[in-house]
Formats: sequence, structure tokens, C-alpha cells
Amino acid sequence: MNWMKYRLVYFVISATIIGAGLFAYVKWGLNIGIDFKGGTIVEYKFEAEVKEERLKELFEATQLPTNSIQKTSDKTYLVKTESMDSLRKSTIVVYLERNLEMKVEELRFENVGPSIGPDLVKKTFYAMGIAAVLILLWIAVQFKSLKFGISAVLAMFHDSLVLLGSFALLGHFFGAEIDFLFVTAALTILSFSVHDTIVVYDRIRESQKKSGGTIYELANKATTETMVRSLNNSFTIIFMLVALTLLGGTTVKWFAIALLIGTVSGTYSSPFVAVPILVTWDELQGRLRRSKFFF
Amino acid sequence: MLDEMPRISAPLKRLIFIIFLFLLAGFVSLPREFSLFGRKFVRPDLNIQKGKISIQKKFDLVLGLDLAGGSHLVFEADTSKVSSDAVKDAVESLKQVIERRVNLFGVSEPNVQTSFFGGKHRIIVELPGIQDTKTASSVIGKVAQLVFAEVPEATDSGKLTITDLTGADLERASVAFDQTTGKPTVALKFTKEGGDKFEKITEKNVGKPVAIILDDTLVSAPVVQEKISGGTAQITGSFTLEEARQLVVQLNAGALPIPIKLVEERTVGATLGAESVAKSVRAGLVGLVMVVTFMVLAYGRLGLVADVGLVVFGVLTLALYKFIPVVLTLPGIAGFLLSVGMAVDSNILIFERFKEERARRPIADALEVSFGRAWDSIRDANIATLVTAFILANPFDWPFLHTSGPVRGFAITLAVGIGISLFTGIFVSRNLLRVFIREKKK
Repeated sequence: MNWMKYRLVYFVISATIIGAGLFAYVKWGLNIGIDFKGGTIVEYKFEAEVKEERLKELFEATQLPTNSIQKTSDKTYLVKTESMDSLRKSTIVVYLERNLEMKVEELRFENVGPSIGPDLVKKTFYAMGIAAVLILLWIAVQFKSLKFGISAVLAMFHDSLVLLGSFALLGHFFGAEIDFLFVTAALTILSFSVHDTIVVYDRIRESQKKSGGTIYELANKATTETMVRSLNNSFTIIFMLVALTLLGGTTVKWFAIALLIGTVSGTYSSPFVAVPILVTWDELQGRLRRSKFFF
Repeated sequence: MLDEMPRISAPLKRLIFIIFLFLLAGFVSLPREFSLFGRKFVRPDLNIQKGKISIQKKFDLVLGLDLAGGSHLVFEADTSKVSSDAVKDAVESLKQVIERRVNLFGVSEPNVQTSFFGGKHRIIVELPGIQDTKTASSVIGKVAQLVFAEVPEATDSGKLTITDLTGADLERASVAFDQTTGKPTVALKFTKEGGDKFEKITEKNVGKPVAIILDDTLVSAPVVQEKISGGTAQITGSFTLEEARQLVVQLNAGALPIPIKLVEERTVGATLGAESVAKSVRAGLVGLVMVVTFMVLAYGRLGLVADVGLVVFGVLTLALYKFIPVVLTLPGIAGFLLSVGMAVDSNILIFERFKEERARRPIADALEVSFGRAWDSIRDANIATLVTAFILANPFDWPFLHTSGPVRGFAITLAVGIGISLFTGIFVSRNLLRVFIREKKK
């Protein structure tokens, strides 16, 4: 099949998705969680059912800036507030118990001071940078060409942008937060993205050794040969992640969704971003060489 | 590859090895206690004692704070008053003091780590099973600098003369009760030198008060009746029993060399942790059933072989988690589930290849060729994944990368999963297939 003929279509699709995400990012920004900006998350379990409005009133009366109150399961609420210290934390439990006249249990308490966040952002960028460079080098060495490495890394950044944009949208419409786990997911999908790309590259490498031909032809052949494998492998990963998203509980839900987006984008980007970039690059290089020859 | 053809028994031998390994791993993977058909079984741990050799190992899953319940506290050290060349030592001794305090506080298997990034020194304290972080953080966070001071004649100025007798001169502190009031007090036993210092101070100040100061606050200022030798003293502040206990822990562990402040706290109750485990297990099983079914639908009998490989993968991975041991966290479980989805990847690669090769040569040869050809891409692709897992796990504690428990837990389970999936996806399923295909030919 002549996959590479429609390169422009793939670029347009990618540009549209990333464009929409970046638009959301610029317009609404990201929904930053407490890991980065500081604050408190408490999960309370009440002895009996409590109305959300009642809880809202109670928290408003404390004068503690409350960002959100969300029901997570039976008799359980997740409350996000500005950073509160240990003393405040225990007084609030007593306060709730007294006003609601029932036992209140703290299932989870997370408090992050504002000084932690900026470090995390820096460390994340370092980690991404190092991962990108190492993967670039590994591919460049294994495939004896910088072209292969750079195309793969560009596809990798494509997936990161898709994930970031998706979370700008999901954050605005569904309250998805950027937290520690999001960062982990972002770094993990770097490897997903490259995983599939390497499989296609490997086919190009193999055919090149065996029969030779232009990168354009080889890329078409390799894409055809690996398409079913890529899809099937993504399905098995998607099955696990969908199960985790639906059944895994609130803590890992968005983490699983982030990985899911990464998997889908990573599967798409190998034949439709990395390989087209490689082919386009090769053609441009060829044209440049020919023009040198003439002049 | 073809030269192995005459040795028919080789794959069979390997298969026996795989079965043996599987049974061994299966045994380790079993929970400590379980019931089957109404009977209760207890799995023994490794306990070999022969002469001088003694090997003991417990095979229990180690659960992280988010699953077992507990507290994760991060303190930031205030190094502003320490000269820059002394900071490193100060932070190291800070860590030691905190470790001692946590141990005296009675937490089982605590974990105290230091981290330095962006000019800030932090101490990360993990306390399994602790929920009362208010007490924990006040025991850990208080400087507890104890000093004795003389009160000069002209008390109007309010200035005290600090003596050289401090908390560092203590041999031991303990909770005691005042014989007349019955109130809790803190009994001090000085070291030899501390006792001498104390003797001199009391000798000099007979009839005058000696101030006992804790963290710049006056605790009490008893009037000295006579010279006290023997190196013991008592602090009778207005302590509650709890406060007295905390102070004893702090004094015995030593004062913090530099002040610290709590900047991050994460506490998970044991009930929520257990719930998370149950949810993850359920999600895992549902996902697993989908993957197993998919493999059979897509590849028929070959898929079945991959599924057997997947079961071996699960059992081996679990056994290895227990053996290393890997501390399982919620993201760690997610990493494991993800690796289950990825484990069949090498099989899919090989089977797709097999479909092509089968058209060209006999089945047994096609199989060998597919395994051989698919290996290059399996190797290259998995090494790239291991690179990212390595950066996330940050095994050398590089300060410029994440050192957080959850991220690390995820990366380690992912890396272990990839390693084992290479083994099961290639070695296990290859030998299974070799044996079955040969048997069929006969």
C-alpha cells in the first residue's frame, strides 16, 4: 500500500489535534494539582450520608479557601483546599464531627507546601531532556543514521504535545489535574512512542539490507508489514488501561487516561508521523544532493 | 538455528526447566495463608540453617504507604545560619537525629532520606502505619535544644548567662513523676562530664535559680538548695504525660543541629489502601481476561501458547517482587498491569512474522526464522523503554531527577515487567511451540 502518498493528510490530522490542544492550553491553561502549586487534599468518610451542599456550607464557614468538594463514593468526599497545617487538619475533623453529629474518618490527607512545585517542573524537564537525548543516541547508533533518531524523537514530542493538549481540554471540561502521576505518564509514553517507531524502522533496516530501494518504497513496505502488529499490540495495552480507568479507583483514573492517550497517540505517530518525517527528510536531502551535483 | 534440529530433547529439557521455575515461582507467589477447598494452608518461608550457612528470607509482598497506610513527611532544613562548608555535615547529622527520634517514637520500618535540589535541603520521612501526623511531625520537627542558664543578681535586665551544660551532655532522659504532686516530669541523667559541669553550676548558684531553657523558652527555673553531685536532675515543667514523653524522645535522640519545617505531608489510612488494592486487583483481572481472550481470537492456538507465557509472566513477576523485594505502590501496580499488556508484545511481533514466513517454508523452520528475525526489533524497542524506566527510577539518586516514591515504584515495576516479558515472550513461548510442533509432526 502506498501509505506515504498521503503524508500531507497525516500532518494535517496531527496539526489539527495538537492545534486544538494548544488552543485549549493558551485559552484555559492547565489545571494544576497540589503537587505543583501547593495545597491540601483530604478524603473524608462520614458515618452516614451527607449532602454536598451541607458540606459546602460547613467549609465556607471555616474561612479556609476551598477549591472543590467532590463525592468519590458512598459517604466519601474529596475536599481540596488551600494548604492547611497539621493543627488545622485535626481541628477541622473535630469541627465536622460536632456540626454533623457523626463520626468522621480521614481516609487520606495530602498537604504540599508551595515551595515543592517549581522543583518538580524543573526535574520533569531534565528527565524529558535526558530521555530524549539517550533515545535519540540509541536509535542513531542502532540504525546508523541521525535521521532515524531525530524523526523518532520528533514523533515522541508530537505525542507529548498531544497529551499536554488533551489534558488542557480534559482539565477544563472534566477537572483532570496535572500532578505527579501525569508527569510519570508523560515520561512513560516517551518510551511507548519510540517502541512502535523502532519496530517500523527495524523493518526498513531489514528490507534495506536484503533488497535495497528508496526510503519511500521501504517505508511503505514496512508500514504495511507492521500495521497489524502495531494495532494488535496497542489493543492489549488499551484493554489493561481501560480496565484500570474504569475500575482502578479515583487515584489512578487520570493516570490511566493519560497513558491511554499516550498509547493511542504513540501507535498513530509511528507510521504516520515518524516515518513520514523520515521520508520527507530523505527526499529533501536527495533533492539537495542532486542540486549540488548540477551546480 | 537449524543445527539444533537433531537434538530433539533440548526444547523438552528447557520445558522441564521452565515448569520447575514456574512451580518454584508459583510457590513464592502464594499468599502466606490461604484456604483451598475449605482447608487452610500456610506457606513456609525460606529458612535454611546448615552449619555456618544460614539463609532466611520472608516472601511477603511489601506494600508502600499508599497501599498499607501511613505517613510521608517532607521537612525543609533552614540552613541560613550555617556556614556553607558546614551545611553538608549539619544535614547529615540532622538526618541521624531524625532517624533516632523516629526509631524511639516506635515506628516499625521507618525510612529517612535526604534530598538536595535547587539549593534546598530536605528530609523525607516515611512512617508506615502512622496516621497521627500531628504528634509525629511535632516529635520530629522540634529542635529540642536544651540549655541550662544562670540567673545573675541583677534580674531586672532579664538576661541569662548561658552555661556550657546542654542537651549534648545528657546520657539519658526518662519520664518520671513528681513525688509530691504526682505530675509527670522529665528525669535527666548526665554523662560523666555533664555531671561535673552540673555540680559546678549548682555549687556556684546555691540559693539562686538555675534556668532550664528548651528552644529559647524557659521551661522552669528551680532554686538550687545545695550542690548536686551524682549527675542527675529533674525538669518539672507543666508537662502533660504526652509532652513529657515527646520531650524524652527528643532529648534522647539529641537536638536538631538546624531548624526544620514541614513542607509536605501525605497520609493514607489503612482502609483506603486496602480498597485501592482490591480495586486494582479487580481491574487487573478484567484486563487480563480481555487480553487473554483477544490473543486466542487473533492467533488461535498460537495465542493460547502466548497466554500460557502470560501466566508464567504473572507468576514470575510476582515472585520477583517478593524476592527483591519491590515496594508496591498504587502507581507501581499500574506499572505492573501495563507490563501485562506489553508482555504479549514480543509474541505478537513473532506471530505476525510467522504468518508471513509460513507461506515460504515448513512450519518448524518458519517458527525458528520468525523468532530470530523478530529479535532485533524486540531488543531495540525494549531497550528504549528501559532507558525511560531507568530515568524515572533514578537508581543512583541523582538530585536533578525525581526521587519520589510513587514515580520510582512505577518505573521499577515497569522495568521488572519488561525484563521478565522478554524471558517469557521469547524463551518460554519459543520452547513451548517447539515441543508442540515437533509432537504434532510425529
